[in-house]
Amino acid sequence: MSAPLLEARGLSCGYGPREVLRGVDLRLGRGELAALLGPNGAGKTTLLNALAGLLPPRAGYVALDGRDLRALSGRERARRIACVPQRAEAPAGFSVRDLVRLGRYARTGFFGAYGPEDLEAAEAAMAETGCLPLAERQAAELSGGERQRVLLARALCQGRELLLLDEPTSALDLARRVEAMDLLARLNRAGSTALLALHDLNLAALYCPRLIFLKAGRIVLDGPAEEVFTEQNLRDIYGADIRIAPHPVTGARQAHLVPGAASAALG
Amino acid sequence: MAAGAGTNNARGRLAWLALTAALSLASAVVACGLGSFPSTPAQTLRALLRAAGLSGAAVDPSLYAVVVDIRLARVALAWCAGAALSVAGCVFQGVLRNPLADAFTLGVSGGAAFGASLAIVSGLAGQAALAGNTALLPACALAGAMGALLLVLGLARAGGGPFSGLSRETLVLAGIVVSTFLAALISLLKSLDEESVASIVFWIMGSFQGRGFEHLRLVWPYLLLGFGLAFWRARELDLLALGETQARMLGLDAGRSRLWLLFAASLLSGAAVAVSGVIGFVGLVAPHVLRLAIGAGHRMLLPASALFGGLLVVWSDVAARTVLPGGAELPVGVVTALIGGPFFCLLLARRSLRGPGRDR
Repeated sequence: MSAPLLEARGLSCGYGPREVLRGVDLRLGRGELAALLGPNGAGKTTLLNALAGLLPPRAGYVALDGRDLRALSGRERARRIACVPQRAEAPAGFSVRDLVRLGRYARTGFFGAYGPEDLEAAEAAMAETGCLPLAERQAAELSGGERQRVLLARALCQGRELLLLDEPTSALDLARRVEAMDLLARLNRAGSTALLALHDLNLAALYCPRLIFLKAGRIVLDGPAEEVFTEQNLRDIYGADIRIAPHPVTGARQAHLVPGAASAALG
Repeated sequence: MAAGAGTNNARGRLAWLALTAALSLASAVVACGLGSFPSTPAQTLRALLRAAGLSGAAVDPSLYAVVVDIRLARVALAWCAGAALSVAGCVFQGVLRNPLADAFTLGVSGGAAFGASLAIVSGLAGQAALAGNTALLPACALAGAMGALLLVLGLARAGGGPFSGLSRETLVLAGIVVSTFLAALISLLKSLDEESVASIVFWIMGSFQGRGFEHLRLVWPYLLLGFGLAFWRARELDLLALGETQARMLGLDAGRSRLWLLFAASLLSGAAVAVSGVIGFVGLVAPHVLRLAIGAGHRMLLPASALFGGLLVVWSDVAARTVLPGGAELPVGVVTALIGGPFFCLLLARRSLRGPGRDR
């Protein structure tokens, strides 16, 4: 296996006395599209933040192309790793276009002025994510779904080499959800590496060749969907009765809940 | 379009900037012609042109003295103080992400007032003034302002950790503690020395009476440094408005950026208070008006706030020196407060009409 683009080794992180990640090892190769799955509180957001260099490791390290993230300046890091946060407040007084352009901050010069290529990158990112019609709207007045698309646009404006996305589709309606995932798949084919935390198991199985399951701060499963996306695994991780049936069109594995079957009935 | 939207395109913002700049210049000329000493607009203009070296026409020396040495000096100082207070307010609001933050919130104004009070009560300021040294009082005020900032930072950090990791809640709390404590100390000074009460009170209310070019000479390096730092880091204020996590995602060293910006804002408000006393509301009113007009992008907002704040204080000072008959003056801080109070009532009414939840 060639040198990974992003690598975590023995990574432990937490807040105050609470330990959230406990010794995570993860290698993300260039060009991968991977989903980060797991129950609530498993540490998905924390892991993404740590991989983005926003949370200092208590033990272990995160390396980008073999260089410890702590050795990079904030701007260097932001030029290579673009993030989509899960919940993001949009401040009053900024238009969508203003907000998307802030993605270029790490590439701006001394006084923070945008060059022509920065403005072009913002327009291109808004076009790709369908945000152009929103460009003049006030960011603070967007719906949750619109805001999520704007955040995706800002990340694309920031950079496309490595994308870390935290629930990028949670507020989108069905049509927008497919659009966003199609866009990610397209970006991935064009060379982007992406790791996205998802709640929706089926969306992950439908689009992502690699699934990583996190539980209580540890990676418990990591592999291609055909291997790890099994009834037994999902039951163990989520503590719910889950059945798997193939997707009617693509044949991908899809998980289904069984009504009335409490976890006590498992065996 | 919603109430807070305002002008969103770059051309509209530039138009606002040009308008406030033109108004500032025009106001300066008009303000130099207003006062108890009569001067026609033509005479005023001739005197100003002569002062600028653009005209060699003869001007009555006493008129020249009034228009240039007294009024122009005062207008220039008022404009600079207004611009500094306004930019400082804008930066404090951006860094603390609190629309009501200003130089009072972090105790910077209180520190300046305490420094000045100490100089007055100790008699040092009086002795220095008798010896022809008017620099001591402003120097004490500026030192007080920066001392208060250090005290607030130190207090906020008392729990340990790096200065760059301070939360804005902690900063505001520490600021309130320091402000309150300094206010108590000023009261203590007043009660200890009843003879100084009048000078302290008058100084704290803010005034440009008898101030001129020598005061400007005293503080321009601090103003220049403060404006330079704030404008240089204006884009960072946009990122900080997103919250620390997002700002860092986009590559900003948020902690360090906040410290630099707080330093710049404290320099600006400290320098302004040092030469003019405590002038309230400018740092709140000007940024608010401009945010409604041109949006919250700080690369435009800071210069526009500077121009508008300067304008506001120049006219407040004109009112302060002309409304009372017989040459008596109001403290300019009283005028700005009289303008600022109703303005905020208006803002509050608008906000509650728009409903809660939109802007925090």
